[in-house]
Amino acid sequence: MNKIIEWIDKRFPLTSNWKAHLSEYYAPKNFNFWYFFGSLALLVLVNQILTGIFLTMNYKPDAGMAFASVEYIMRDVDYGWLIRYMHSTGASMFFVVVYLHMFRGMMYGSYQKPRELLWLVGMAIFLVLMSLAFTGYILPWGQMSYWGAQVIVSMFGAIPTIGESLQQWVLGDFTLSDVALNRFFAYHVVTLPLIMLVLVFAHILALHEVGSNNPDGIEIKANKNPKTGIPVDGIPFHPYYSVKDIVGVVVFLMVFCGIVFFAPEMGGYFLEYNNFIPANTLQTPDHIAPVWYFTPYYSMLRAVTVNFLWVDAKLWGVILMAASVVIFAFLPWLDRSPVKSIRYKGKYFKTALTLFVISFFVLGWLGTKSPTPLYTLLAQIFTVIYFAFFILMPWYSKIDKTKPEPKRVKE
Amino acid sequence: MADSFSIPDEMSGRRKFLVAVTSVAGGIAGVAIATPFMLSMMPSERAKAAGAPVEVDISKLEPGMLLMVEWRGKVVWVLNRTPEMLDTLVKVEEELADPNSEKPQQPEYAQNRTRSIKPEILVTEGVCTHLGCSPVFRKEIAPADLGPDWLGGFFCPCHGSKFDLAGRVYKSVPAPTNMVVPPHVYLSDSRLLIGATSEGSV
Repeated sequence: MNKIIEWIDKRFPLTSNWKAHLSEYYAPKNFNFWYFFGSLALLVLVNQILTGIFLTMNYKPDAGMAFASVEYIMRDVDYGWLIRYMHSTGASMFFVVVYLHMFRGMMYGSYQKPRELLWLVGMAIFLVLMSLAFTGYILPWGQMSYWGAQVIVSMFGAIPTIGESLQQWVLGDFTLSDVALNRFFAYHVVTLPLIMLVLVFAHILALHEVGSNNPDGIEIKANKNPKTGIPVDGIPFHPYYSVKDIVGVVVFLMVFCGIVFFAPEMGGYFLEYNNFIPANTLQTPDHIAPVWYFTPYYSMLRAVTVNFLWVDAKLWGVILMAASVVIFAFLPWLDRSPVKSIRYKGKYFKTALTLFVISFFVLGWLGTKSPTPLYTLLAQIFTVIYFAFFILMPWYSKIDKTKPEPKRVKE
Repeated sequence: MADSFSIPDEMSGRRKFLVAVTSVAGGIAGVAIATPFMLSMMPSERAKAAGAPVEVDISKLEPGMLLMVEWRGKVVWVLNRTPEMLDTLVKVEEELADPNSEKPQQPEYAQNRTRSIKPEILVTEGVCTHLGCSPVFRKEIAPADLGPDWLGGFFCPCHGSKFDLAGRVYKSVPAPTNMVVPPHVYLSDSRLLIGATSEGSV
């Protein structure tokens, strides 16, 4: 065995990479359960790629055949139902773990110097993930696939001057048709997964360059053992965190399997009932709402009902919705607090983050409802709170009363 | 001759120039090779050819009835409005964003209060001008969800835009403009051609 590894090491940096990224990669020893979600996101990515490959073996990206081919997978292909439910549940669980992963970063200030690029690469992954979810949702060519795509693609049409040509370029036709389905399939199975893999690789590379943050938000590299050069508050990722992560994986898989076997539609939140009806280009379903993970942004899109500054409400809605996603990328420069972690931040930040989380949930809930005047008003109020969290951050994070950070991490 | 080959830290003017020229040429080549790929994504010749007009028989369209027709992959509505429905068009005008149809969302011959050639027959694309959903025809008066002031019209379930029975948009809804009236012409009293302004023209 040793001879084989020796032979490989002379030709390929196997042992040195194993050490650099696993057995001698030192992570802070005070990780809590919030640190499970990065490795869980990786697990879900692998699940999506594997189940996705098997789905393409039976799926047909053709407007006339797509819906029937999905039903064929569900009814006639051996274990086709399992593979598809693993893929559809994986899509929702991807967002669950990524949202928790992002919230962890916001709580512990993981986006702050020197992890700005790590955060930006993460944001790029988030955008690609949203594109993957959108293109994947179109593929069954049910009512929600069709009308959801119609709404999203029409957003390009809201851009002044070039909007209409851009929309035709995106669709490859004058309306949403088979052409678009065919190319969205290409994006979903080739283009976007490739970009995703490259970005995930860059995300991990950037992480291992700067090292992990931790719940105390202090830099373990600032305090190294003078003899060994190893951070005194660090422990090797393998075996300590590889074993810990397995516990997270087991718990996660229990939840995951529970959903796959007992509630794959999740009451219409993971798989919407209207999507079990084939696409009808002549009739929009009476109630349309995106899948749960897009509903907060969707609420903001339709919250704008007034024209303002020569720009009409439609374009404002689209701008606001895009801004609500992109604004996360500015966090490293919006946060002026001298400390990273919420443990040492003052009550202004804690209040702001709480209000932000509440508004995210309320907007998400409103996005699943039909618009009424009251709901629209609520959406407008919480949209303001959502953006205030970011826009006022340079001010409240600076005047906030912080506690002093400790020198060593807490056990 | 030098003993060993080395690249000086400072680039000479000549080298700087060559690097710049090579980069520009490479950039142009990159754009050139990307062009056919990007253009291949525009609507194909087949897609462009698929826009033929549609003929509809409206002799059996009772007053108050809505007919759905597919034209260029979009839904087109043909609505036969009752006199009561036509009366509502005046009553709601206060609440509309563009009651006189000033924005070019219709051919010239439909730029009137009823937005139609024949007053009772409305021909409009059944597509919300917000984000492309197809609104729902709600002809009942003052239903619970739309409030006591509702006199009949079209309601978009996606984002709550409201239109009157001539496809004119209400104020303070996400949709910016009235619904589009496609080019159409009556070949006879009961034969309607959608997508053309005369028989034979497209």
